[in-house]
Amino acid sequence: MITKRIIACLDVHAGRVVKGVQFVDIVDAGDPAALAARHAREGADEIVLLDITATHEGRATLLDTVRRTARELFVPFAVGGGIRTAEDAEQVFEAGADKVSVNSAALADPTLIDAIGRSFGAQAVIVAIDARRDPDASDPVRDAQVFVQGGRKPAGRRVVEWAREAEARGAGEILLTSMDSDGTRAGFDCELTAAVSEAVSIPVIASGGAGAVAHFVDVFARGKADAALAASIFHFGVSSARSLKEDLARAGVSVRLPC
Amino acid sequence: MRVTVVDYKAGNLTSVLKTLRHLGAELVVVDSDSSLVDSAERLILPGVGHFAATQRLVDAGLVPAVRAAILRGTPFLGICVGMQWLYAGSTEASSHRGLAQFSASCTRFPDKGEKVPHVGWNSLEVKSTSRLLSGVGPGEYVYFTHSYKAPVTSDTAAITEYIEPFAAAIERDNVMGVQFHPEKSGATGLKILRNFLEWK
Repeated sequence: MITKRIIACLDVHAGRVVKGVQFVDIVDAGDPAALAARHAREGADEIVLLDITATHEGRATLLDTVRRTARELFVPFAVGGGIRTAEDAEQVFEAGADKVSVNSAALADPTLIDAIGRSFGAQAVIVAIDARRDPDASDPVRDAQVFVQGGRKPAGRRVVEWAREAEARGAGEILLTSMDSDGTRAGFDCELTAAVSEAVSIPVIASGGAGAVAHFVDVFARGKADAALAASIFHFGVSSARSLKEDLARAGVSVRLPC
Repeated sequence: MRVTVVDYKAGNLTSVLKTLRHLGAELVVVDSDSSLVDSAERLILPGVGHFAATQRLVDAGLVPAVRAAILRGTPFLGICVGMQWLYAGSTEASSHRGLAQFSASCTRFPDKGEKVPHVGWNSLEVKSTSRLLSGVGPGEYVYFTHSYKAPVTSDTAAITEYIEPFAAAIERDNVMGVQFHPEKSGATGLKILRNFLEWK
């Protein structure tokens, strides 16, 4: 039976993990390679590394980070942040990523999705969407506004139509972050996640708002998510992806265990 | 352990090469020089992407050498599209022929309201006679990402269920294929690749 994926996310700046899931007993708590390996050992089904530097000068550092992180990682590994062209993506793949995540650059030029998909296959392209419900829209959820530049600027797109276009252009997965829920620890936006998941045939990864195990149960059931990003959840009481998955299994969610 | 990996430009070889290197394999990568296939101790055909990409194997003139290597008994492992290529063909690109080591053809998952592609970790039901999957216990998980699949037949070495049961692995003598990505499947995947590298 297909399982729901728990994905560990590391935010990286200038080659160091600045947010995301850290461990107190690790020697170098800021080293992405050490943290990614630790997450994989402790049951994460996949690792996402988001480069929040995303500057031109930062590219070489990022590629070095990707190379070191990928070396001993034998679960799927996605990299996002600052990928603006198919050539950027190619460098990240050559450094050892299995998937790239594109966001603002794909909104600016949607053919980027086609270009990466053509060369590396749809399975290698994640389109990340940051969306906020639009109370003025006739359907505030399906017509949630898409934002770029880390949520600072509206992109002029609606979440469901953009997700469908991304799929049609060859995206393999959607990483959907609810800006309303992000940082609240009050739970994922299950309505938003379900609206997107039902509108596309590709997997949807839910992100934003996790604060308790019950929130994951909810986003997999009500939100129809195929995977969920677990970042801050590890900061309050859940020690590892494995223990989260054990709790999920007890709640009747199909997860990869033992892992 | 020397292993020859066929690069037919279908996606990204880095992951497969890195994992084989981790297991201590000495790597040879071939994209057009068929003499490297002739001298291979064992062969891996990786692949993600579209069945039509296998046309490059034809264009590069590698098909006769691969066929001959298999006949000589060289252990051969196809991964994902590399496995599908071992069949007669695939409805994904019906004008392209497979190697027809296995007579069935690959087809798309039926549309029954479930998501296609099948992406994620799913469990294996392993046939006890499989050498490639030796030591893989019931219900161990591996990572899949695909929309087309091979049917269950007598040569199927492991079955996975998604929408319907399909061949997660195939094995007949020295010819083996896996629909999943062993290089992305954690400890289970490493065990399977090690079995292949030690296959005699």
